[in-house]
Amino acid sequence: MGSLVINQNLVNKDNAESLVSLCPFGAISYSNGALDISSACKMCKLCVKKSDGIIKYEEQVKASVDKDLWKGICVYVDHLAGKIHRVTYELLGKASELAKVTNQPVYALMIGHNLSESVNKLLHYGADKIFVYDSEEFKDFRIEPYTAAFCDFIEAYRPSSVLVGATNLGRQLAPRVAARRRAGLTADCTVLQMKENTDLVQIRPAFGGNIMAQIISTDTRPQFCTVRYKVFNEPTPSEQPSGEIVNLTIDASKLKSNIEVVSYTDKPKDIDISESDVIVAIGRGAMSESTKALASELADLLGATLACTRPLVEGNILDAKRQIGLSGRTVKPKFIICLGISGSVQFAAGMKASDCIVAVNTDPNAAIFNIAHYGVVGDVNEIIPKLIAQIKEGKENV
Amino acid sequence: MDILVCIKQVPGSTNVEVDPVTGVLKRDGIASKMNPYDLYAIETALLLTEKFGGSVQVITMGPPQAKSIITEAICMGAEKGTVLSDRKFAGADVLATAYTLSQGIKKAGKYDLIICGKQTTDGDTAQVGAEISEFLNMPNISNVLSIENVSDNTVTLTASQDEKIVKMKIKMPCVISVDADINTPRLPSFKVQKQVDDSKIQFLSFADFEDQNVNNYGLAGSATQVERIFPPEKLQEKCSIQGTPTEQADQLYDLIRRIKIV
Repeated sequence: MGSLVINQNLVNKDNAESLVSLCPFGAISYSNGALDISSACKMCKLCVKKSDGIIKYEEQVKASVDKDLWKGICVYVDHLAGKIHRVTYELLGKASELAKVTNQPVYALMIGHNLSESVNKLLHYGADKIFVYDSEEFKDFRIEPYTAAFCDFIEAYRPSSVLVGATNLGRQLAPRVAARRRAGLTADCTVLQMKENTDLVQIRPAFGGNIMAQIISTDTRPQFCTVRYKVFNEPTPSEQPSGEIVNLTIDASKLKSNIEVVSYTDKPKDIDISESDVIVAIGRGAMSESTKALASELADLLGATLACTRPLVEGNILDAKRQIGLSGRTVKPKFIICLGISGSVQFAAGMKASDCIVAVNTDPNAAIFNIAHYGVVGDVNEIIPKLIAQIKEGKENV
Repeated sequence: MDILVCIKQVPGSTNVEVDPVTGVLKRDGIASKMNPYDLYAIETALLLTEKFGGSVQVITMGPPQAKSIITEAICMGAEKGTVLSDRKFAGADVLATAYTLSQGIKKAGKYDLIICGKQTTDGDTAQVGAEISEFLNMPNISNVLSIENVSDNTVTLTASQDEKIVKMKIKMPCVISVDADINTPRLPSFKVQKQVDDSKIQFLSFADFEDQNVNNYGLAGSATQVERIFPPEKLQEKCSIQGTPTEQADQLYDLIRRIKIV
């Protein structure tokens, strides 16, 4: 905690101008002989390092929490009508790893209605305790009752860290709960590590994945984070059930809602690239109708889903649901072949966890080759028809 | 109905790099623009007032230059806007940002509906809207796909909840975040741009807020701290498949057979 203090006595026109141009966020301005820092400041403190004492960082002491009062790593069980989202299992696996560092318990928290069957499934994923709010009021996800139950649990059991899946539901619930607790929340973490003092090290991509930021919450508890599906590995379920089920209740007066759920409909059965094990992805270098047709044919032969980069969505060539990347979907297939994709960091952030990445691109300097396990410098239109022919031939010979 | 849209000025490009030696952000032009997701939120508000009457205002937190996106919103059809700008707001994380916005919203006026975009392109957190709703003590729904009706102080809408589409009714005042494909945002009118004067843009700072505890804003009010920033890792080992196109295709075929794709 702290703030930047400017020593205006040291400011002159020359050093002011160099500081103005130094700030990556354009937050420093100079007028009427005085330097000012605007709210564009991101506290990167570059100016503190480079200003020879003109701008100083002053530490403010802030009341700190007693971390010993907060124990355990809690995973929120994301589900729709009792059907558990698999990100929950991935988070329970990660929570068990993190809990070993500080020898803390792993908790699962489930809020819903008629949950007994789902709760039994959770007994195979290493949670020490499974806390359950099971009531008619929780039949549908509505923000106020779910937030009330979540906060009720936190007050009673004081978990040190709370891991929530970055699903549509989790992205609403986690911030609402964190805000009520005035606690820190880090979205879309890709790496989590536990310090011995129970501070959770949270690493996430920022600026469209061009930068990784390592974030901690030293003064607040619990430490909330959200993690997208398929970032961590799903553990193998244990054969023997383990863990204690703790049923909790909350006063009905706290569960009032201004939201009424009218009906549910299934999303039109369409492509979900994040569920695909094999993906053929095309980019700007494979935008032509003929190249797209080649990619489609290859996808059919491989039993793969066709996916793409942002320019193809913006050019109305493929549906937005097929877009990989930060503004699209995150995928983690067993195999992905990238055709004519330069490999922007935004794209890479959405697929670099794939088990096997192949890239075909005419440009040997394309960034995609930095993350590809197998790089092919060459023309998609020359190589892929030959590959298609081989696959067809191979299938005939079986 | 009076609608407020929360908008943000973001870098024109996310093309920034970290110097691997000094760990410092390398600057690559700081041209900025309105967060593209906010355009859908503004369009949603304009369509609603065209149908049901009322006014659209916008609010942002940022440096004084963020005024330009307020002008842009006015050119799209908003009536007026507010910029929350103060050095005390600097270095805000999700918590402090949402809190500052909620204080600014309370000061700016009374609204039936607050609309946010899905996320920003620089922070990418998609969480500020939900935190604002908590501080305003209003119900909220994210990932709104369509707004079907507004009547009896209630909005009927559909929202995406992972594999389902849920139809819901939410009482106003409330906060909603709309998905990107909810509509096609209109272009700003340059005719209007000439008429935008400063009377339509209000600046508020810390001194205007109800909560005068400076520790709730900016870096001091943030619960998270950035310990360090670093460039994304790059794979060291990689295998290059070389030769004529035929030879390359052969090796690719061997590879996909070896890992049992075919």
